[in-house]
Amino acid sequence: MKHDLVLRVVAKVFLPFILLFALYVQFHGDFGPGGGFQAGVIIAAAIIFYALIYGLENARRVVPEWLVERMMAAGVLVYAGVGVAGLLLGGNYLDYFVLDLDPVHGQHRGIFWVEVGVAITVSGVMLKIFYMFADRGTPEQ
Amino acid sequence: MAVTVIVLARSRNLFAVVVLGSLYSFLMATVLVALDAVDVAMTEASVGAGISTVLLLGALYLCKSEEAKPLHRPWLPLVVASACGLVLVYGTIGLPAFSDPAAPIHAHVVPRYLNDALRETGVPNVVTAVLASYRGYDTLGETTVVFTAGAGVIALLRRRRDRKEQKK
Amino acid sequence: MNVAGHFSYAVTIFLMVAGLFIVIARGNLIKKLVGLGIFQTSVYMLYIAPGKLIGGTAPIVSEAFRVYSNPLPHVLILTAIVVGVATLALGLALVVRIRETYGGIEEDEILAADRQEDEASPS
Repeated sequence: MKHDLVLRVVAKVFLPFILLFALYVQFHGDFGPGGGFQAGVIIAAAIIFYALIYGLENARRVVPEWLVERMMAAGVLVYAGVGVAGLLLGGNYLDYFVLDLDPVHGQHRGIFWVEVGVAITVSGVMLKIFYMFADRGTPEQ
Repeated sequence: MAVTVIVLARSRNLFAVVVLGSLYSFLMATVLVALDAVDVAMTEASVGAGISTVLLLGALYLCKSEEAKPLHRPWLPLVVASACGLVLVYGTIGLPAFSDPAAPIHAHVVPRYLNDALRETGVPNVVTAVLASYRGYDTLGETTVVFTAGAGVIALLRRRRDRKEQKK
Repeated sequence: MNVAGHFSYAVTIFLMVAGLFIVIARGNLIKKLVGLGIFQTSVYMLYIAPGKLIGGTAPIVSEAFRVYSNPLPHVLILTAIVVGVATLALGLALVVRIRETYGGIEEDEILAADRQEDEASPS
């Protein structure tokens, strides 16, 4: 597919918008539909799209394997870390209102970081699974 | 959607099955929007029609086969499935009718979520507020499940080169 | 009981039965997984349909609306969808490994191959 000019140009034009839309869905999830899961899946879909058009090797260069594996674990750790931060600041585990002087602001902060953690893990896992499936089919060179 | 499912059940070409599954997911997402479940519709469209289809196509590429012709007509499973369906119909007779405001689902904890979510969390999207704040533990568990699935797939599909030579 | 009021349940039950039929009646493993997915989506509908209030709107609090559909099932189903795709991914990984070990993904072929192996080497 890398020899098809129309696909390559269209992909190059669309990809930033897809990623921007994913960020929009992530951060605007408080005010409209959206949130961490949808944003994570859209990010993974954008990179899979890139991999389909430009080839797995190029996608591996842009988002290398070690980055994806770290992302998988980092998201869960961010989520658990927010919980531990709640513990350290005086409340129970995963209490958000202690995260700031104003409890409502603390809730907002907690929700923000939690959604970021979810998006990182979901996008990492989806991308890693795609890499594994796509890699299995290519014979050893 | 019923037509899609019936064609899917009868089709033997696996590629057609996967594409019909994706079509079914999109139709389901549309129905969910009609039911006012916008977050769920977005997730179902992106996950069901997007990621599921990609994974199924990837697995199909690795497996490369078409479904064999069934040896015998599936009467027993049809009877079993229909019997389950009849039992379910009997079970749902007592359930509240569609859009009944007096149903118990609207009574207990939901008014508190709807009335207090904006005031307590500062987030207008009640679904996000409940998911991330009121029921945050469940979302932590779910994130762990997703991570475990990724780890499981890595464990299953990792040792590629030496295993492929030992295949019968 | 009125039929129109229970139409959503009828659709749910039909999809559930269809998904169940595909899982138990078809031998191809990938088709079984797709049938399982159909079964799962019927369960989503089972949860979300009773939450809808005619005349209500999506559960995003704003000044312009006063009646909202129930947000609680949405939360549960959001989790369920993501867990569903996680199990689908694991199931597909297993199917790929089965294919590499047995050479096919039809249920009867796999069972026959297993039976042959048991008869050949009773250990």
